[in-house]
Amino acid sequence: MRLLKAGTRARCAVCDTEIMVVRTVSSEVLVTCGGVELIGMDGAKTPAPHADVAAGQGALVGKRYVNAADAVELLCTKGGKGQLAINGESLAVKQTKPLPSSD
Amino acid sequence: MNLVMTLEMAAECHPQRIAVSSGNLQLSYADLLNAARSAAKFIRAAGVRYVGMLDINSPAVPIALFASAYAGVPYVPMNYRLTKPEIEALLGRIAPALLVSDDPTLAPLAIPPGIEVMRRAQFQRAALGGAPEALSAPGEPHDTAIQLFTSGTTGKPKAAVLRHQNLMSYVLGTVDFASAAEDDAILISVPPYHIAGISAVLSSTYAGRRMVQLPNFDAGTWMQLCRDEKISNAFVVPTMLSRIVDHLQHTGKPAAVPSLRAIAYGGGKMPLAVIEQAMGLFPGVDFTNAYGLTETSSTICLLGPDDHRSGFESQDPRVRKRLASVGKPVPTIELQVRDEDRKVLGPGETGEIFVRGEQVAGEYLEQGSLLDADGWFPTRDRGHLDEFGYVYLEGRADDVIVRGGENISPGEIEDVLLAHPAVSDVAVVAVPDRQWGESVGAVIVLRENAQATDAELQEWVKQRLRSSRVPTAFRYVDQLPFNEMGKVLRRVLKQHFADRAP
Repeated sequence: MRLLKAGTRARCAVCDTEIMVVRTVSSEVLVTCGGVELIGMDGAKTPAPHADVAAGQGALVGKRYVNAADAVELLCTKGGKGQLAINGESLAVKQTKPLPSSD
Repeated sequence: MNLVMTLEMAAECHPQRIAVSSGNLQLSYADLLNAARSAAKFIRAAGVRYVGMLDINSPAVPIALFASAYAGVPYVPMNYRLTKPEIEALLGRIAPALLVSDDPTLAPLAIPPGIEVMRRAQFQRAALGGAPEALSAPGEPHDTAIQLFTSGTTGKPKAAVLRHQNLMSYVLGTVDFASAAEDDAILISVPPYHIAGISAVLSSTYAGRRMVQLPNFDAGTWMQLCRDEKISNAFVVPTMLSRIVDHLQHTGKPAAVPSLRAIAYGGGKMPLAVIEQAMGLFPGVDFTNAYGLTETSSTICLLGPDDHRSGFESQDPRVRKRLASVGKPVPTIELQVRDEDRKVLGPGETGEIFVRGEQVAGEYLEQGSLLDADGWFPTRDRGHLDEFGYVYLEGRADDVIVRGGENISPGEIEDVLLAHPAVSDVAVVAVPDRQWGESVGAVIVLRENAQATDAELQEWVKQRLRSSRVPTAFRYVDQLPFNEMGKVLRRVLKQHFADRAP
């Protein structure tokens, strides 16, 4: 569990997944990828496999992941195999309506 | 949340895709990432406070933008068309700085102490010659990413502060990552010191769209580059689109750019005649009007392609007039129109436009934040919403004419005068008035071989607007004075009426 901050980046201890926090709640949360808690960008990788590698479709780069309450939003900055989750709740890809290019 | 994230993701996802084309030079996203990191090393070593860019568009521009972010110092692109004393004053304000520039801009300048100059080619060589090396950006989302000097049409240029979180919120809120097709290319003809020149680099990088740079705009070269580089997207300011339209009408040939799918425009008021002619000349192209300010990290409202088409084709005047609107706020922006007491106004009521959202910086180095306690930013733009939520601009609050206590926007009078068959261009300004304090003055550019009298134009306005809107003084000129981004220099126009003592 830790307090997240918008703009904070983190990565999976096991697979290639990296994220940046876009929006968050004011309480501490547990962010996991494939069931393993995320680590800091300079944290050490663990050789252990994902706890539940079969679950989900992995994280896709550039996609934004939100919880059902739409209170926490993570941007996947590097894709990986694990399923992202907050406090055990699997996150879903946020559906956005594309805007016309304006610049 | 740092600007370099856009580049790191692009370089990770499609390293070999071309990021920038300029003449014969092509840089892939991997090249651009390596160059930015290499340049960051010598920027850090120089121990400077800022990185200045005083130059036309070149590959050095995106390199310097991202390198500054990696070095943790603000990037400051400046207008190379300012006068020698103006440029020297700006340089004095950013020292100690590393300055990327080149001739002919550099030649006449007396470089102030603390400014280390690197010529464009030297900077590019040093950046591109470095060995690839991993480097992470330092700092916090709240750090200043970019400092832009305002155009200073009303006084000493102010330094607008844009933080990483402002610019990244804009990019994440409006652009889908890697959404560009492999062969998409955007033609960038706005200069690097304009907010649209900055957002073009960030949005294109995040979308994975190849940037093609046109350093000095002219309509013929723009058309040629569109064809040669198979351009799919372009951004122009209204004066550029107006010249493109003139060019095509002059040559009498069809546009013939099958690759071109979308033109976005912004940065000033688009004359209705120009956008209608442009839509006729580029029938297959999607037009988007983007309204934004430096202080809002670029676009806050969009009028999209569908609204352009329905506005162009509709017989319903309420739909047709949409072509003159800047559309609706983007999803991550809240917008309100307020009166002088900051009370929120309803549809059809004119006031000042206020906006709120993560991308809104609303901050100057000299004055600090202009946001109120709830995060709302007064844009100083006047306008109103219609009953459908479309936003209509009516000019800058500073340009309002106060006639006997009544506020009059120049925009509504200009629109009416522009519709007169003899008028090709017009700007309305406040003129001293013995009775009312101020009244309406109109500076008119007549169409070739057309004629109109003061009385005739006064009658034209009187039939369409309240009598307080009728100009009391007219001046006729060959062309209006614009700055290079197409903004009318109203300060200069007011001098036309200086002989009218109140």
